[in-house]
Amino acid sequence: MKLAVTILTIAALASFPLWLRDPYLMNALITTGIFIIGAMSLNLLLGFTGQLSLGHIAFFGIGAYVSALTSLGFDVGLPGGFRIVHEPWPPAVGFVLAIIVAGLCGYLVGLLSFRVRGAYFVIVTISFAEVVRLVALNWVELTQGPLALTNIPSITIGLPALGSLTLRTKLQNYYLVLAVAVATYVLISRLVHSHFGRAMRGLMENETLAVSVGIDVTKTLTLAAVISAGIAGAAGSLYAHYIRIIDPEVFAFINTVTMVIMVITGGKGSLAGPVVGGLIFGLLPVFLRPIMAPEAQWIAYGGVLIVILFVLPRGIVPSLAQRWAKWRSRPRAAGAVSFSERDVKENA
Amino acid sequence: MGFAATALKVEQVAVRFGGLVALSDMNFTVGEGEIVSLIGPNGAGKTTAFNVMTGFLDPTHGCVSYRGTALNGLKPHQIADLGLIRTFQRTSVFPNDTVYDNLLVGLHRRGRVGLFEAILGLPRARSSERRLRERASELVEWVGLGRRAHDLAGSLSYGEQRLVGVALALAAEPSMLLLDEPVSGMNASETHTFVELIRNIRDRGVTILLVEHDMPMVMSVSDRIVVLNYGRIIAEGPPDVIRNDPVVIEAYLGQGAARA
Amino acid sequence: MSEFLQHLINMLVLGGTYALLGIGLTLIFGIMNVVNFTHGVLYTFGAYVMFIVVHQLGVNFFVALPLAVVAGWLLGAAIELTLLRPLRGSDIDTTMLVMIGAWIAMQSGTLWIWGGVAKSVSTPFPEAPLVLGPVSVSWLRLFVLAAAALLIVVTYFLINRSKLGCAMRATFQDQDTASLMGVNVDLIYTSTFAIGSSLAAAAGALLGPVYVIFPQMGDLAAVKAFAIVILGGLGNITGAVIGGFILALAEELGAGYVSSGYRDAMGFLIIIAVLIFKPTGLFARSERVG
Repeated sequence: MKLAVTILTIAALASFPLWLRDPYLMNALITTGIFIIGAMSLNLLLGFTGQLSLGHIAFFGIGAYVSALTSLGFDVGLPGGFRIVHEPWPPAVGFVLAIIVAGLCGYLVGLLSFRVRGAYFVIVTISFAEVVRLVALNWVELTQGPLALTNIPSITIGLPALGSLTLRTKLQNYYLVLAVAVATYVLISRLVHSHFGRAMRGLMENETLAVSVGIDVTKTLTLAAVISAGIAGAAGSLYAHYIRIIDPEVFAFINTVTMVIMVITGGKGSLAGPVVGGLIFGLLPVFLRPIMAPEAQWIAYGGVLIVILFVLPRGIVPSLAQRWAKWRSRPRAAGAVSFSERDVKENA
Repeated sequence: MGFAATALKVEQVAVRFGGLVALSDMNFTVGEGEIVSLIGPNGAGKTTAFNVMTGFLDPTHGCVSYRGTALNGLKPHQIADLGLIRTFQRTSVFPNDTVYDNLLVGLHRRGRVGLFEAILGLPRARSSERRLRERASELVEWVGLGRRAHDLAGSLSYGEQRLVGVALALAAEPSMLLLDEPVSGMNASETHTFVELIRNIRDRGVTILLVEHDMPMVMSVSDRIVVLNYGRIIAEGPPDVIRNDPVVIEAYLGQGAARA
Repeated sequence: MSEFLQHLINMLVLGGTYALLGIGLTLIFGIMNVVNFTHGVLYTFGAYVMFIVVHQLGVNFFVALPLAVVAGWLLGAAIELTLLRPLRGSDIDTTMLVMIGAWIAMQSGTLWIWGGVAKSVSTPFPEAPLVLGPVSVSWLRLFVLAAAALLIVVTYFLINRSKLGCAMRATFQDQDTASLMGVNVDLIYTSTFAIGSSLAAAAGALLGPVYVIFPQMGDLAAVKAFAIVILGGLGNITGAVIGGFILALAEELGAGYVSSGYRDAMGFLIIIAVLIFKPTGLFARSERVG
C-alpha cells in the first residue's frame, strides 16, 4: 500500500515536465525540489531527534559555496604569508565535497551544541548560520563577498557508455533534483527504520530511559546532525550549479524559516511530511504571484504557519494518516505510526 | 549464596547536594545471581543510590564497581554496556510507541550493525532486524503483554507500564538488573505474577537489586536485604533477621508510633 | 588611548539600549519560557512609531518617546492575548514557531506598508557633538544613554519593589505555587510580555533616531538580545544589564581592532562561546536551567 503510493508519487513527479511546458513553473519546481531536499534533512533532526536547528541554511549555504568554489577555483592568502591556489575541478567533485564539508560542519556543531538542548540549541544554530554568513560576506578574497560568485558551471555527469553530459536545460536539472530527492528520501527512510532511527526516537521520547538501555546520546545525535548537514550540503550544491550564482544572502535566516515551515506544515517526524509541505510552500508563490505582492505573500506564510500550529499542530501528513488509520481499523489504537507496521507493509 | 563471586560492590559512597546529605558512607555488595533488596523509609536515599550505581549521578565520595570495573566517570550508556541495567520509578516507557516498538528500542545493545549496512539493507542488517523482531515478540509474551503488543505504551495501565519497563530493561540483556519500585501501582495478582517473573529472571542467571516499599513482596523474594535510613545503612541480612531487627522496626514505625 | 576612551563612550551608549532589549527578553524567557522571536519586531515597531508620530503627525520628539513605549506595551499585550494565551501548556518549540510566524508576518507587514527604503528620524538635538578632551559624543547619544538608564532603573524598581514585580518573581520561581498563593498567572504572563515588549520598543525608539530605520532592523537586535540573555543567564535582570554592556564593549572593540565587518558577529560568537563553556550564563545562580 505504502509502496504503491510512493511509486505513484514518484511517477507523477517524473511526468510533470512531460505536460508542463511553462519555464517559470519548471524553475519553481526545481528550486522547490532543492528546498524539499533541505527540508527533508531538517526533518531528520527536528522530526526524528526533536532538535530544532534554526541554522540549517548554514549547511545548505556551505554546500553551495564549497561546490561553487571547487568548480570555479580560487586563490586566497592566509595569515602568515601562505597562499592556497586551487584550480577548477569538475562540479561533480564539488557536489561530493559539498556533502563532506557540510557533514563535517554538522559534526562540529553537533559535538559542541548537543550539550545544550532546547531553546539554547536553537540559538546556537542560528548564531552559527549568522557567523558563517558574515564570513561569506567579509572574506571577499575567497567569496567575492556581496559581489557574489558568478558563472558557476553546470553539473556534468559522466555516463559509462554515453560519455559526459552537462546539465544545462531545466528539464535535465529537474530530473537530477528528482533523483537526488528520491535518493534522500530512501536514505532517511532506511535510517529512521534502522536501529539508529530507533535510538533517535527513543532519545526524543524519553532520554533518561533511552540511555539506560545503552543508547549513546552524543553519538546518536551527532550522527543525525552529520547526515542531516551532509544532505543539506548536497541540496546547496545542486542549488549553486542550477542557479549558477551564489551570494551571502543564501544564508538568510528566512531560508531556514522556509524549510521549517515546509516541515511543520507537512508534518515533522513523517517521511512524506517535508515533501507535501515543500510542494505546497514551494509552489504557492507561483499561484500567489499574480494576485499578491511578495510582502503580502510573506505575511500570508507567517499567518499560515501560525494557523497550522493552532489547528493541525502535528502537520498535514500525520493528521491524514491518523484519519486513514481510524477509518480503516476502528478497534486499534489510532495514530500509532509504528516502525513495525510500516515495515510489514513495505516488505509485503 | 555465601561463596558466589561479587557482582556489584559499593564502597564508601557518599552523596551531598549542597548541604544536604543524601547518602553517607554506604558500603555493600551484591553477589552474582543474588536477589538483594534495598529498603528504607521515603527519602532514605534509595533512588539516589540507584542513580549513583547507574551513572546518572556522580558520587561526592567513594566508588561503585561492577564485576571489577570501576564505574566512576562512566556515562549511563557505558554502564548499560557492562550489562548493568535499571528501571525507573516514574518514566518507565516510551509513551508514543507501541509496546512492541518499545522493546525494539530496548534491544539497542543487541541490534548494533554498521551504518552503511543498515542504510543499504545488507543481509547482515536484515537478518539482525529479523532476530530483533523475534526477540521482541518473545519478550512481549514473556512479560505477559502479548495482547497489548500493538497498543501505545502510554495508553497502558500503570501496572502494565511497569511490566513494559521491566521488559525494556530485559531487552537490554542485563547481567544485573536494578529495579526501582517495580510493583508500586500493581494490584495483588499483578504483584504475585511479578514475583514469579523476578524469580524466573534470576534463574536465567541475572543478578537483581530491588528497591521496593511492598514489604511482603520484599520478604518473599529477597535473599538478602539492605536497610537504609537518612542516607546510612542501618541493617543488613536475610529477610528473617531484618524482619525482627529492632533498629529497622524503629526506623519504619518511628519512635512516636512505637510508643503509641 | 583616546581611541580606546572613545570606544568606551560608544560602549556606554550602545550598552544602555542593549540592556533594555536584554531585560525585556530575559523577563519573557525566564517567566514564560517563551523564546520570543517577535522581540526584534517590537524593536522595529518602536522605531517606526517614532517616525510616524514625529514626521507624519508632527508631534514633539520628547512626547513621541513615551508614546512609542506605550504602543509597544499595547502590541505586546495583544500578541500575548491572541497567540500565546491559547497555547498555554504547549511545548517550547510550538510557541517558538508561532512567534516566528508572527515575526515574519509583522516584519513583512512593515515592509509592505512603509517599503524597504531606510528612513531617518529627525531630533531636536544640535548636530555638533559634545567634545570632552580627546573624546566626542553627540548630544543625541548622551540623551539615549540617560533615557535608557532611567528606564532600566524604573524596570528594576518595578520588578523588585512593586506588588506586580513580586508576583512576577514568584511566578518565575514556581508557577504552580504562585498560582496556589493567589497570583493570577494569566495576568502576570500578559503583563510580563507587555513590559518586555515595551522595553524592546523603547530600545528601538531610542536607537532608531541614532541610526536609520528599516523593516529588518530588528533582526540583528533580536539576536543581540538573545546573546545578552544567554550571557547574563536566564531570567536574570542584573545579568542582562551587565550582558548588554559586555556585548556593546565586545562589538566596539571588535569593530575597532579587528574589522568593522565583523562587528555584528560578536554577539553570535559570544553566544557560541558562552554556551560551550558556561551554558548557564556568566552570572547564573547555582541551580540548573534549561
